[in-house]
Amino acid sequence: MSLLDLASAALLLAGAAFFLAGTVGLLRFPDVYARLHALTKADNLGLGFTVAGLALEVGDVAVALKLGITWALVLVSSSISCQLVARTAMNAGVRPWRRP
Amino acid sequence: MTALDVLLAGALPVLAWRALATDDLHEAVVFFIALGLVAALAWARLDAPDIALVEAAVGAGVTGSLFVTTLRARGLRPPASPAPRRARIALAVLTIASALGIGAALAALPAEPPGLGELVRASLPETGVQHTVTAVLLNVRGYDTLLEMAVLVAAVLAVLARAPSPSARPAARPAAPDDDPARPLIAVLARLLVPGIILVAGYLLWRGAFAPGGAFQAAAVLAGGGILAILAGRRAPDPHARAVRRGLVFGPGAFVLIAAVPLIAGRHVLEYPEGWAKVLIVAVEVALTFSIALTLVLFFPASGEKGT
Amino acid sequence: MTPLLYASSGVAVFAIALYRIFTAGDVLRKIIAANLLGGGVFLILVAIARRPAAGIDPVPHALVLTGIVVSVSATACALALARRLEGTTLDDGDDGDDGSDDTEVAGRGP
Repeated sequence: MSLLDLASAALLLAGAAFFLAGTVGLLRFPDVYARLHALTKADNLGLGFTVAGLALEVGDVAVALKLGITWALVLVSSSISCQLVARTAMNAGVRPWRRP
Repeated sequence: MTALDVLLAGALPVLAWRALATDDLHEAVVFFIALGLVAALAWARLDAPDIALVEAAVGAGVTGSLFVTTLRARGLRPPASPAPRRARIALAVLTIASALGIGAALAALPAEPPGLGELVRASLPETGVQHTVTAVLLNVRGYDTLLEMAVLVAAVLAVLARAPSPSARPAARPAAPDDDPARPLIAVLARLLVPGIILVAGYLLWRGAFAPGGAFQAAAVLAGGGILAILAGRRAPDPHARAVRRGLVFGPGAFVLIAAVPLIAGRHVLEYPEGWAKVLIVAVEVALTFSIALTLVLFFPASGEKGT
Repeated sequence: MTPLLYASSGVAVFAIALYRIFTAGDVLRKIIAANLLGGGVFLILVAIARRPAAGIDPVPHALVLTGIVVSVSATACALALARRLEGTTLDDGDDGDDGSDDTEVAGRGP
Protein backbone atom coordinates (compact mmCIF):
# COMPACT_ATOMS: atom_id res chain seq x y z
CA MET A 1 0.00 0.00 0.00
CA SER A 2 1.55 3.20 -1.19
CA LEU A 3 1.43 6.58 0.47
CA LEU A 4 -1.14 7.65 -2.15
CA ASP A 5 -3.43 4.77 -1.22
CA LEU A 6 -3.14 5.68 2.44
CA ALA A 7 -3.96 9.32 1.78
CA SER A 8 -6.91 8.33 -0.40
CA ALA A 9 -8.22 5.92 2.23
CA ALA A 10 -7.91 8.56 4.93
CA LEU A 11 -9.84 11.08 2.79
CA LEU A 12 -12.56 8.55 2.01
CA LEU A 13 -12.92 7.67 5.69
CA ALA A 14 -13.14 11.36 6.59
CA GLY A 15 -15.83 11.75 3.92
CA ALA A 16 -17.78 8.82 5.31
CA ALA A 17 -17.54 10.28 8.82
CA PHE A 18 -19.01 13.60 7.65
CA PHE A 19 -21.81 11.82 5.79
CA LEU A 20 -22.57 9.82 8.93
CA ALA A 21 -22.64 12.98 11.04
CA GLY A 22 -24.89 14.69 8.48
CA THR A 23 -27.28 11.76 8.44
CA VAL A 24 -27.45 11.56 12.22
CA GLY A 25 -28.19 15.30 12.25
CA LEU A 26 -30.88 14.88 9.60
CA LEU A 27 -32.58 12.24 11.71
CA ARG A 28 -32.11 13.81 15.15
CA PHE A 29 -32.23 17.61 14.78
CA PRO A 30 -35.42 19.28 16.00
CA ASP A 31 -36.53 21.49 13.11
CA VAL A 32 -36.25 21.97 9.38
CA TYR A 33 -33.57 24.69 9.62
CA ALA A 34 -31.25 22.63 11.79
CA ARG A 35 -31.79 19.60 9.58
CA LEU A 36 -30.92 21.68 6.50
CA HIS A 37 -27.77 22.80 8.26
CA ALA A 38 -26.76 19.17 8.91
CA LEU A 39 -27.66 18.08 5.43
CA THR A 40 -25.93 20.77 3.40
CA LYS A 41 -22.86 21.56 5.50
CA ALA A 42 -21.82 18.10 6.61
CA ASP A 43 -22.78 16.29 3.41
CA ASN A 44 -21.11 18.79 1.11
CA LEU A 45 -17.91 18.52 3.07
CA GLY A 46 -18.27 14.73 3.11
CA LEU A 47 -18.71 14.70 -0.66
CA GLY A 48 -15.66 16.96 -1.00
CA PHE A 49 -13.51 14.52 0.97
CA THR A 50 -14.91 11.57 -0.99
CA VAL A 51 -14.22 13.28 -4.31
CA ALA A 52 -10.69 14.17 -3.21
CA GLY A 53 -10.08 10.58 -2.09
CA LEU A 54 -11.34 9.18 -5.38
CA ALA A 55 -9.43 11.76 -7.46
CA LEU A 56 -6.15 10.57 -5.90
CA GLU A 57 -6.90 7.01 -7.04
CA VAL A 58 -8.16 7.47 -10.62
CA GLY A 59 -4.74 8.38 -12.00
CA ASP A 60 -6.24 10.42 -14.84
CA VAL A 61 -6.41 14.19 -14.75
CA ALA A 62 -9.53 14.35 -16.94
CA VAL A 63 -11.49 11.98 -14.70
CA ALA A 64 -10.27 13.77 -11.57
CA LEU A 65 -11.45 17.07 -13.08
CA LYS A 66 -14.86 15.55 -13.83
CA LEU A 67 -15.11 14.47 -10.20
CA GLY A 68 -14.25 18.02 -9.13
CA ILE A 69 -16.95 19.44 -11.44
CA THR A 70 -19.44 17.01 -9.91
CA TRP A 71 -18.64 18.38 -6.49
CA ALA A 72 -18.94 21.99 -7.65
CA LEU A 73 -22.34 21.30 -9.25
CA VAL A 74 -23.61 19.61 -6.11
CA LEU A 75 -22.39 22.57 -4.04
CA VAL A 76 -24.27 25.05 -6.25
CA SER A 77 -27.52 23.10 -6.38
CA SER A 78 -27.54 22.06 -2.74
CA SER A 79 -26.84 25.55 -1.43
CA ILE A 80 -29.65 26.99 -3.55
CA SER A 81 -32.15 24.23 -2.77
CA CYS A 82 -31.28 24.66 0.92
CA GLN A 83 -32.14 28.37 0.65
CA LEU A 84 -35.36 27.55 -1.20
CA VAL A 85 -36.51 25.05 1.44
CA ALA A 86 -35.63 27.44 4.28
CA ARG A 87 -37.41 30.40 2.65
CA THR A 88 -40.49 28.32 1.92
CA ALA A 89 -40.55 27.14 5.53
CA MET A 90 -40.13 30.75 6.76
CA ASN A 91 -42.95 31.95 4.51
CA ALA A 92 -45.16 29.11 5.69
CA GLY A 93 -44.59 30.33 9.22
CA VAL A 94 -42.38 27.54 10.55
CA ARG A 95 -40.73 28.97 13.67
CA PRO A 96 -37.07 28.12 14.32
CA TRP A 97 -36.67 25.78 17.27
CA ARG A 98 -35.55 27.23 20.60
CA ARG A 99 -34.33 25.37 23.61
CA PRO A 100 -37.44 24.94 25.77
CA MET B 1 -23.80 -9.09 -6.42
CA THR B 2 -22.65 -6.57 -3.88
CA ALA B 3 -24.16 -4.98 -0.82
CA LEU B 4 -24.87 -1.91 -2.95
CA ASP B 5 -27.02 -3.96 -5.33
CA VAL B 6 -28.98 -5.45 -2.43
CA LEU B 7 -29.48 -1.98 -0.96
CA LEU B 8 -30.63 -0.44 -4.27
CA ALA B 9 -32.88 -3.35 -5.26
CA GLY B 10 -34.37 -3.40 -1.77
CA ALA B 11 -34.89 0.37 -1.63
CA LEU B 12 -36.95 0.53 -4.84
CA PRO B 13 -40.04 -1.40 -3.60
CA VAL B 14 -39.84 0.39 -0.21
CA LEU B 15 -39.83 3.80 -1.93
CA ALA B 16 -42.65 2.67 -4.24
CA TRP B 17 -44.71 1.65 -1.22
CA ARG B 18 -44.00 4.89 0.63
CA ALA B 19 -44.93 6.92 -2.47
CA LEU B 20 -48.22 5.12 -2.92
CA ALA B 21 -49.33 4.36 0.64
CA THR B 22 -49.12 7.85 2.14
CA ASP B 23 -52.17 10.11 2.35
CA ASP B 24 -50.05 13.22 1.89
CA LEU B 25 -49.75 13.99 -1.81
CA HIS B 26 -46.60 16.10 -1.34
CA GLU B 27 -44.94 13.19 0.40
CA ALA B 28 -46.05 10.87 -2.40
CA VAL B 29 -44.42 13.10 -5.03
CA VAL B 30 -41.18 13.44 -3.02
CA PHE B 31 -40.90 9.67 -2.68
CA PHE B 32 -41.67 9.29 -6.37
CA ILE B 33 -38.76 11.60 -7.27
CA ALA B 34 -36.48 9.80 -4.81
CA LEU B 35 -37.43 6.52 -6.44
CA GLY B 36 -36.51 7.92 -9.86
CA LEU B 37 -33.05 8.90 -8.62
CA VAL B 38 -32.43 5.51 -6.95
CA ALA B 39 -33.65 3.85 -10.15
CA ALA B 40 -31.04 5.86 -12.09
CA LEU B 41 -28.35 4.30 -9.86
CA ALA B 42 -29.89 0.87 -10.46
CA TRP B 43 -29.66 1.42 -14.25
CA ALA B 44 -26.00 2.29 -13.86
CA ARG B 45 -25.46 -0.92 -11.88
CA LEU B 46 -27.24 -2.88 -14.63
CA ASP B 47 -24.79 -1.50 -17.25
CA ALA B 48 -27.47 0.70 -18.81
CA PRO B 49 -25.89 4.19 -18.76
CA ASP B 50 -28.17 5.39 -21.57
CA ILE B 51 -31.23 4.65 -19.47
CA ALA B 52 -29.66 6.06 -16.31
CA LEU B 53 -29.20 9.43 -18.03
CA VAL B 54 -32.77 9.58 -19.32
CA GLU B 55 -34.21 8.34 -16.03
CA ALA B 56 -32.44 10.98 -13.96
CA ALA B 57 -33.41 13.80 -16.32
CA VAL B 58 -36.89 12.72 -17.45
CA GLY B 59 -38.10 10.01 -15.06
CA ALA B 60 -37.19 11.94 -11.93
CA GLY B 61 -36.66 15.51 -13.20
CA VAL B 62 -39.31 16.34 -15.78
CA THR B 63 -41.99 13.95 -14.48
CA GLY B 64 -41.30 15.09 -10.91
CA SER B 65 -41.66 18.76 -11.81
CA LEU B 66 -44.91 17.98 -13.66
CA PHE B 67 -46.28 16.43 -10.47
CA VAL B 68 -45.07 19.30 -8.31
CA THR B 69 -46.70 21.88 -10.61
CA THR B 70 -49.97 19.95 -10.56
CA LEU B 71 -49.80 19.85 -6.76
CA ARG B 72 -49.47 23.62 -6.71
CA ALA B 73 -52.64 23.95 -8.75
CA ARG B 74 -55.46 25.13 -6.60
CA GLY B 75 -58.49 22.97 -6.15
CA LEU B 76 -56.98 19.51 -6.41
CA ARG B 77 -59.27 17.13 -4.61
CA PRO B 78 -57.90 15.57 -1.42
CA PRO B 79 -57.66 11.77 -1.33
CA ALA B 80 -61.05 10.12 -1.21
CA SER B 81 -61.91 7.37 1.22
CA PRO B 82 -60.09 4.10 0.51
CA ALA B 83 -61.67 1.13 -1.24
CA PRO B 84 -63.81 -1.18 0.94
CA ARG B 85 -61.93 -3.73 2.98
CA ARG B 86 -63.21 -6.77 1.14
CA ALA B 87 -62.24 -5.32 -2.23
CA ARG B 88 -58.78 -4.49 -0.91
CA ILE B 89 -58.20 -8.04 0.32
CA ALA B 90 -59.36 -9.51 -2.99
CA LEU B 91 -57.08 -7.12 -4.88
CA ALA B 92 -54.14 -7.91 -2.62
CA VAL B 93 -54.60 -11.63 -3.29
CA LEU B 94 -54.84 -11.05 -7.03
CA THR B 95 -51.78 -8.80 -7.04
CA ILE B 96 -49.65 -11.24 -5.07
CA ALA B 97 -50.78 -14.05 -7.38
CA SER B 98 -49.78 -12.08 -10.48
CA ALA B 99 -46.44 -11.13 -8.91
CA LEU B 100 -45.75 -14.79 -8.16
CA GLY B 101 -46.76 -15.64 -11.73
CA ILE B 102 -44.27 -13.13 -13.18
CA GLY B 103 -41.62 -14.38 -10.75
CA ALA B 104 -42.21 -17.98 -11.88
CA ALA B 105 -41.98 -16.90 -15.52
CA LEU B 106 -38.67 -15.15 -14.80
CA ALA B 107 -37.31 -18.22 -13.03
CA ALA B 108 -38.34 -20.37 -15.99
CA LEU B 109 -36.31 -18.32 -18.46
CA PRO B 110 -33.41 -20.22 -20.05
CA ALA B 111 -30.21 -19.82 -18.03
CA GLU B 112 -28.25 -18.77 -21.11
CA PRO B 113 -30.63 -16.59 -23.07
CA PRO B 114 -29.46 -15.89 -26.60
CA GLY B 115 -30.97 -12.39 -26.73
CA LEU B 116 -30.63 -10.22 -29.80
CA GLY B 117 -27.28 -8.75 -28.77
CA GLU B 118 -25.21 -10.99 -31.05
CA LEU B 119 -27.37 -10.12 -34.03
CA VAL B 120 -27.07 -6.38 -33.38
CA ARG B 121 -23.30 -6.54 -32.80
CA ALA B 122 -22.84 -8.58 -35.99
CA SER B 123 -24.64 -5.99 -38.12
CA LEU B 124 -23.16 -2.98 -36.29
CA PRO B 125 -20.65 -2.15 -39.10
CA GLU B 126 -23.56 -1.70 -41.53
CA THR B 127 -25.59 0.60 -39.27
CA GLY B 128 -23.33 3.63 -39.60
CA VAL B 129 -22.84 4.10 -35.84
CA GLN B 130 -20.64 2.37 -33.28
CA HIS B 131 -22.95 2.36 -30.27
CA THR B 132 -25.38 -0.57 -30.19
CA VAL B 133 -28.27 1.23 -28.46
CA THR B 134 -28.16 4.10 -30.97
CA ALA B 135 -27.95 1.56 -33.80
CA VAL B 136 -31.10 -0.17 -32.52
CA LEU B 137 -32.96 3.10 -31.96
CA LEU B 138 -32.24 4.78 -35.29
CA ASN B 139 -31.40 2.03 -37.70
CA VAL B 140 -32.34 -1.53 -36.77
CA ARG B 141 -35.62 -0.56 -35.10
CA GLY B 142 -35.98 2.95 -36.51
CA TYR B 143 -39.62 2.17 -37.12
CA ASP B 144 -40.31 2.04 -33.37
CA THR B 145 -38.62 5.37 -32.82
CA LEU B 146 -40.63 6.92 -35.67
CA LEU B 147 -43.88 5.73 -34.09
CA GLU B 148 -42.70 6.95 -30.69
CA MET B 149 -42.35 10.43 -32.16
CA ALA B 150 -45.97 10.12 -33.31
CA VAL B 151 -46.93 9.32 -29.71
CA LEU B 152 -45.06 12.42 -28.49
CA VAL B 153 -46.80 14.65 -31.04
CA ALA B 154 -50.20 13.23 -30.08
CA ALA B 155 -49.48 13.74 -26.37
CA VAL B 156 -48.31 17.32 -26.76
CA LEU B 157 -51.39 18.12 -28.85
CA ALA B 158 -53.59 16.72 -26.08
CA VAL B 159 -51.77 18.74 -23.41
CA LEU B 160 -51.83 21.94 -25.48
CA ALA B 161 -55.57 21.58 -26.03
CA ARG B 162 -55.81 22.87 -22.46
CA ALA B 163 -53.36 25.73 -22.89
CA PRO B 164 -54.96 29.14 -22.48
CA SER B 165 -55.92 30.62 -25.83
CA PRO B 166 -54.20 33.88 -26.82
CA SER B 167 -57.32 35.93 -26.11
CA ALA B 168 -58.01 34.33 -22.73
CA ARG B 169 -54.47 34.77 -21.49
CA PRO B 170 -54.08 37.30 -18.73
CA ALA B 171 -53.06 40.42 -20.58
CA ALA B 172 -50.27 41.92 -18.52
CA ARG B 173 -48.64 39.15 -16.60
CA PRO B 174 -44.94 39.37 -17.16
CA ALA B 175 -42.83 37.41 -14.74
CA ALA B 176 -43.24 39.77 -11.83
CA PRO B 177 -40.08 39.15 -9.83
CA ASP B 178 -41.62 39.88 -6.46
CA ASP B 179 -44.67 37.62 -6.57
CA ASP B 180 -42.60 34.55 -5.80
CA PRO B 181 -39.78 34.87 -3.26
CA ALA B 182 -38.05 31.79 -4.67
CA ARG B 183 -37.65 33.21 -8.16
CA PRO B 184 -34.45 35.28 -7.75
CA LEU B 185 -32.68 32.26 -6.26
CA ILE B 186 -33.79 29.98 -9.07
CA ALA B 187 -32.67 32.69 -11.48
CA VAL B 188 -29.16 32.48 -10.01
CA LEU B 189 -29.22 28.70 -10.37
CA ALA B 190 -30.44 28.99 -13.97
CA ARG B 191 -27.73 31.51 -14.85
CA LEU B 192 -25.09 29.18 -13.43
CA LEU B 193 -26.41 25.93 -14.84
CA VAL B 194 -28.19 26.54 -18.14
CA PRO B 195 -25.02 27.24 -20.20
CA GLY B 196 -23.50 24.05 -18.82
CA ILE B 197 -26.69 22.13 -19.53
CA ILE B 198 -26.66 23.24 -23.18
CA LEU B 199 -23.01 22.20 -23.45
CA VAL B 200 -23.74 18.78 -21.90
CA ALA B 201 -26.71 18.26 -24.23
CA GLY B 202 -24.55 18.98 -27.27
CA TYR B 203 -21.85 16.66 -25.98
CA LEU B 204 -24.35 13.84 -25.36
CA LEU B 205 -25.79 14.26 -28.85
CA TRP B 206 -22.37 14.09 -30.47
CA ARG B 207 -21.29 11.16 -28.32
CA GLY B 208 -24.36 9.04 -29.13
CA ALA B 209 -22.82 7.78 -32.36
CA PHE B 210 -20.14 5.80 -30.56
CA ALA B 211 -20.88 5.72 -26.82
CA PRO B 212 -23.83 6.00 -24.41
CA GLY B 213 -25.69 9.18 -25.30
CA GLY B 214 -27.82 10.35 -28.19
CA ALA B 215 -30.95 12.26 -29.09
CA PHE B 216 -33.12 11.18 -26.17
CA GLN B 217 -30.50 11.82 -23.52
CA ALA B 218 -29.57 15.19 -25.01
CA ALA B 219 -33.22 16.21 -25.29
CA ALA B 220 -33.92 15.13 -21.72
CA VAL B 221 -31.06 17.23 -20.36
CA LEU B 222 -31.98 20.19 -22.57
CA ALA B 223 -35.62 20.05 -21.44
CA GLY B 224 -34.46 20.09 -17.82
CA GLY B 225 -32.57 23.31 -18.57
CA GLY B 226 -35.64 24.76 -20.28
CA ILE B 227 -37.89 24.03 -17.31
CA LEU B 228 -35.29 25.55 -14.96
CA ALA B 229 -35.29 28.71 -17.09
CA ILE B 230 -39.09 28.90 -16.97
CA LEU B 231 -39.07 28.48 -13.20
CA ALA B 232 -36.53 31.31 -13.07
CA GLY B 233 -39.06 33.58 -14.75
CA ARG B 234 -38.28 33.20 -18.43
CA ARG B 235 -41.35 33.23 -20.64
CA ALA B 236 -42.43 29.72 -21.59
CA PRO B 237 -42.60 29.04 -25.34
CA ASP B 238 -46.00 30.14 -26.57
CA PRO B 239 -47.76 27.12 -28.11
CA HIS B 240 -49.72 29.48 -30.35
CA ALA B 241 -46.59 30.95 -31.91
CA ARG B 242 -45.97 29.68 -35.40
CA ALA B 243 -42.25 29.12 -34.73
CA VAL B 244 -43.01 26.90 -31.72
CA ARG B 245 -45.49 24.82 -33.69
CA ARG B 246 -43.00 24.39 -36.53
CA GLY B 247 -40.35 23.43 -33.99
CA LEU B 248 -42.61 20.71 -32.61
CA VAL B 249 -43.08 19.00 -35.96
CA PHE B 250 -39.54 19.70 -37.22
CA GLY B 251 -38.02 16.53 -35.73
CA PRO B 252 -40.82 14.08 -36.56
CA GLY B 253 -41.21 15.73 -39.98
CA ALA B 254 -37.52 15.38 -40.82
CA PHE B 255 -37.61 11.77 -39.67
CA VAL B 256 -40.69 10.96 -41.82
CA LEU B 257 -39.06 12.64 -44.80
CA ILE B 258 -35.80 10.72 -44.45
CA ALA B 259 -37.79 7.52 -43.86
CA ALA B 260 -39.99 8.02 -46.92
CA VAL B 261 -37.47 9.23 -49.52
CA PRO B 262 -36.11 5.69 -50.25
CA LEU B 263 -39.61 4.76 -51.44
CA ILE B 264 -39.11 6.97 -54.51
CA ALA B 265 -36.08 4.91 -55.48
CA GLY B 266 -38.10 1.73 -55.07
CA ARG B 267 -36.51 0.81 -51.77
CA HIS B 268 -37.98 0.17 -48.32
CA VAL B 269 -39.17 2.69 -45.77
CA LEU B 270 -36.33 3.79 -43.46
CA GLU B 271 -33.67 2.20 -45.66
CA TYR B 272 -30.59 4.37 -45.54
CA PRO B 273 -28.68 4.46 -48.86
CA GLU B 274 -25.24 2.87 -48.79
CA GLY B 275 -22.65 5.10 -47.15
CA TRP B 276 -25.24 7.64 -46.03
CA ALA B 277 -26.37 5.95 -42.83
CA LYS B 278 -24.17 7.92 -40.46
CA VAL B 279 -24.96 11.34 -41.98
CA LEU B 280 -28.69 10.66 -42.04
CA ILE B 281 -28.74 9.24 -38.51
CA VAL B 282 -26.94 12.29 -37.15
CA ALA B 283 -29.29 14.61 -39.07
CA VAL B 284 -32.33 12.81 -37.67
CA GLU B 285 -30.85 12.90 -34.18
CA VAL B 286 -30.20 16.64 -34.25
CA ALA B 287 -33.75 17.32 -35.46
CA LEU B 288 -35.23 14.91 -32.90
CA THR B 289 -33.24 16.38 -30.00
CA PHE B 290 -34.64 19.81 -30.75
CA SER B 291 -38.26 18.68 -31.06
CA ILE B 292 -38.23 16.25 -28.12
CA ALA B 293 -36.80 18.93 -25.83
CA LEU B 294 -39.43 21.44 -26.99
CA THR B 295 -42.17 18.83 -26.49
CA LEU B 296 -41.02 18.06 -22.95
CA VAL B 297 -40.89 21.77 -22.08
CA LEU B 298 -44.41 22.28 -23.46
CA PHE B 299 -45.69 19.46 -21.26
CA PHE B 300 -44.99 21.82 -18.42
CA PRO B 301 -48.39 23.35 -17.71
CA ALA B 302 -48.67 26.99 -18.68
CA SER B 303 -49.38 29.36 -15.85
CA GLY B 304 -52.76 30.91 -16.35
CA GLU B 305 -54.27 27.56 -17.23
CA LYS B 306 -57.82 27.61 -15.96
CA GLY B 307 -60.39 25.06 -15.03
CA THR B 308 -63.93 25.51 -16.20
CA MET C 1 -27.44 -13.38 -9.71
CA THR C 2 -27.48 -9.56 -9.84
CA PRO C 3 -29.95 -9.44 -12.74
CA LEU C 4 -32.33 -11.72 -10.86
CA LEU C 5 -32.10 -9.48 -7.79
CA TYR C 6 -33.12 -6.39 -9.77
CA ALA C 7 -35.78 -8.35 -11.64
CA SER C 8 -37.38 -9.39 -8.33
CA SER C 9 -37.20 -5.78 -7.21
CA GLY C 10 -38.99 -4.84 -10.44
CA VAL C 11 -41.69 -7.44 -9.80
CA ALA C 12 -42.20 -6.05 -6.28
CA VAL C 13 -42.51 -2.46 -7.57
CA PHE C 14 -44.92 -3.68 -10.26
CA ALA C 15 -47.09 -5.54 -7.71
CA ILE C 16 -47.24 -2.59 -5.30
CA ALA C 17 -48.18 -0.21 -8.11
CA LEU C 18 -50.78 -2.64 -9.49
CA TYR C 19 -52.43 -2.88 -6.07
CA ARG C 20 -52.43 0.87 -5.49
CA ILE C 21 -53.68 1.80 -8.96
CA PHE C 22 -56.94 0.07 -8.00
CA THR C 23 -57.14 1.06 -4.34
CA ALA C 24 -55.86 4.66 -4.34
CA GLY C 25 -58.71 7.08 -3.84
CA ASP C 26 -57.39 10.06 -5.79
CA VAL C 27 -56.38 10.50 -9.37
CA LEU C 28 -52.89 11.90 -8.68
CA ARG C 29 -51.76 8.78 -6.86
CA LYS C 30 -53.31 6.63 -9.56
CA ILE C 31 -51.08 8.46 -12.07
CA ILE C 32 -48.02 7.93 -9.85
CA ALA C 33 -48.98 4.26 -9.61
CA ALA C 34 -49.25 4.00 -13.40
CA ASN C 35 -45.76 5.49 -13.66
CA LEU C 36 -44.34 3.01 -11.17
CA LEU C 37 -46.13 0.17 -12.94
CA GLY C 38 -44.10 1.05 -16.01
CA GLY C 39 -40.97 1.46 -13.88
CA GLY C 40 -41.31 -2.10 -12.59
CA VAL C 41 -41.62 -3.43 -16.13
CA PHE C 42 -38.55 -1.44 -17.25
CA LEU C 43 -36.54 -2.88 -14.37
CA ILE C 44 -37.51 -6.45 -15.31
CA LEU C 45 -36.69 -5.83 -18.99
CA VAL C 46 -33.25 -4.33 -18.37
CA ALA C 47 -32.41 -6.99 -15.78
CA ILE C 48 -33.17 -9.67 -18.37
CA ALA C 49 -31.06 -7.82 -20.95
CA ARG C 50 -28.11 -8.06 -18.57
CA ARG C 51 -28.13 -11.87 -18.47
CA PRO C 52 -26.48 -13.09 -21.70
CA ALA C 53 -22.85 -13.97 -21.03
CA ALA C 54 -21.82 -12.76 -24.49
CA GLY C 55 -22.73 -9.18 -23.61
CA ILE C 56 -25.67 -6.92 -22.96
CA ASP C 57 -28.69 -7.14 -25.21
CA PRO C 58 -29.18 -3.57 -26.51
CA VAL C 59 -32.72 -4.13 -27.83
CA PRO C 60 -34.48 -3.99 -24.43
CA HIS C 61 -32.32 -0.96 -23.60
CA ALA C 62 -33.65 0.88 -26.64
CA LEU C 63 -37.17 -0.26 -25.74
CA VAL C 64 -36.89 1.09 -22.19
CA LEU C 65 -35.32 4.33 -23.41
CA THR C 66 -38.30 5.03 -25.67
CA GLY C 67 -40.57 3.67 -22.94
CA ILE C 68 -39.44 6.29 -20.43
CA VAL C 69 -40.11 9.10 -22.89
CA VAL C 70 -43.51 7.67 -23.80
CA SER C 71 -44.31 7.32 -20.11
CA VAL C 72 -43.55 11.00 -19.44
CA SER C 73 -45.82 11.90 -22.38
CA ALA C 74 -48.60 9.74 -20.97
CA THR C 75 -48.08 11.31 -17.53
CA ALA C 76 -48.23 14.86 -18.92
CA CYS C 77 -51.40 13.95 -20.78
CA ALA C 78 -52.96 12.30 -17.72
CA LEU C 79 -52.06 15.25 -15.47
CA ALA C 80 -53.57 17.71 -17.97
CA LEU C 81 -56.75 15.64 -17.98
CA ALA C 82 -56.70 15.39 -14.17
CA ARG C 83 -56.39 19.16 -13.80
CA ARG C 84 -59.30 19.54 -16.21
CA LEU C 85 -61.33 16.90 -14.39
CA GLU C 86 -60.82 18.48 -11.00
CA GLY C 87 -61.32 21.99 -12.32
CA THR C 88 -58.08 23.34 -10.90
CA THR C 89 -56.71 26.79 -11.49
CA LEU C 90 -53.03 27.22 -12.08
CA ASP C 91 -51.24 30.47 -11.56
CA ASP C 92 -47.99 31.85 -10.29
CA GLY C 93 -48.90 31.89 -6.64
CA ASP C 94 -51.71 32.73 -4.31
CA ASP C 95 -51.77 36.40 -5.13
CA GLY C 96 -55.48 36.22 -5.87
CA ASP C 97 -55.57 38.88 -8.55
CA ASP C 98 -57.00 36.82 -11.30
CA GLY C 99 -60.71 37.36 -11.32
CA SER C 100 -63.53 35.93 -9.34
CA ASP C 101 -64.17 32.68 -11.16
CA ASP C 102 -61.67 30.62 -9.21
CA THR C 103 -63.73 30.94 -6.06
CA GLU C 104 -66.50 29.02 -7.79
CA VAL C 105 -64.32 26.25 -9.14
CA ALA C 106 -65.91 22.88 -8.65
CA GLY C 107 -64.28 20.20 -6.59
CA ARG C 108 -62.11 22.37 -4.39
CA GLY C 109 -60.79 21.00 -1.18
CA PRO C 110 -62.13 22.11 2.18
